[in-house]
Amino acid sequence: MTRPLVALVSGLLFGAGLAVSGMVDPTRVRGFLDLFGRWDPTLAFVMAGALLPMVLAWAIQQRMARPIAAPSFDLPSTRPVDGRLVAGAALFGVGWGLAGLCPGPALAGLALEPSLAGPAVAAMCSGMALHALVHGPRARRVATRP
Amino acid sequence: MPEYPHAVPLEGFLGGLLVGLAAALMLLVGGRIAGVSGLAARALGLSPAGPADRGTALAFVAGLPLGALAVAQSSGGLAATYPADLATLVLGGLLVGYGTRLGSGCTSGHGICGLARLSRRSVVATLTFMATGILTVALSHLLGANA
Repeated sequence: MTRPLVALVSGLLFGAGLAVSGMVDPTRVRGFLDLFGRWDPTLAFVMAGALLPMVLAWAIQQRMARPIAAPSFDLPSTRPVDGRLVAGAALFGVGWGLAGLCPGPALAGLALEPSLAGPAVAAMCSGMALHALVHGPRARRVATRP
Repeated sequence: MPEYPHAVPLEGFLGGLLVGLAAALMLLVGGRIAGVSGLAARALGLSPAGPADRGTALAFVAGLPLGALAVAQSSGGLAATYPADLATLVLGGLLVGYGTRLGSGCTSGHGICGLARLSRRSVVATLTFMATGILTVALSHLLGANA
């Protein structure tokens, strides 16, 4: 019961942060990617603000035997870099540049602009389902040292 | 920022702190990465996970619009200007969904959680999606779309 509750609180904070920072606005996000046009550096400040607590959190995590409310850490591997990673990130970037949406802001947008975020999220879920269909559900997770 | 009149650096930084705190909570309490694409796939039942895992992912995904709604309600509305063209949104959404699964992460999992632990995979992924995103916007201007 604890973990869904933690996840809900985390999701609420995450969605609130995206809203406060203006990242729920696809035009602002595309503005950051518009490096050779009317560049809007806001997203860089969002990254800086988000990295600060996370760098601290990783330092704390290194000293923890297990998470506070779960039996063990379940974390993705940090290597190796392979073709799938690069190809996937490249395709994601194209979609991000087209729509001005990545998964978090797209889902948060369901509450703000449902008639436009709705079709985008439906398409995103279809893209995820298509991937599962082509590649099958794969578990690429390893337990890292505590 | 006089050179960039439309930028909101302070709001950006404060909102970013909230996002980082949310991810830190997920890591230290729940033992998981707050990667939105991975959690969304889990919520959809597209990645191997037990029912408890799926419930956790669903709870996180449900929190995103609710958190944004709370801010919109208390601040009297938020700017969210979407591309006018529905085909652009759908094509973009498809690529985001497929690409984030193939590349095992998005702006949150790679760009925030992974970069913060200097994961080599996340550094490469983040540089790649930033580069193709910048290229896509530049090309869309050249071709006169989404101007």
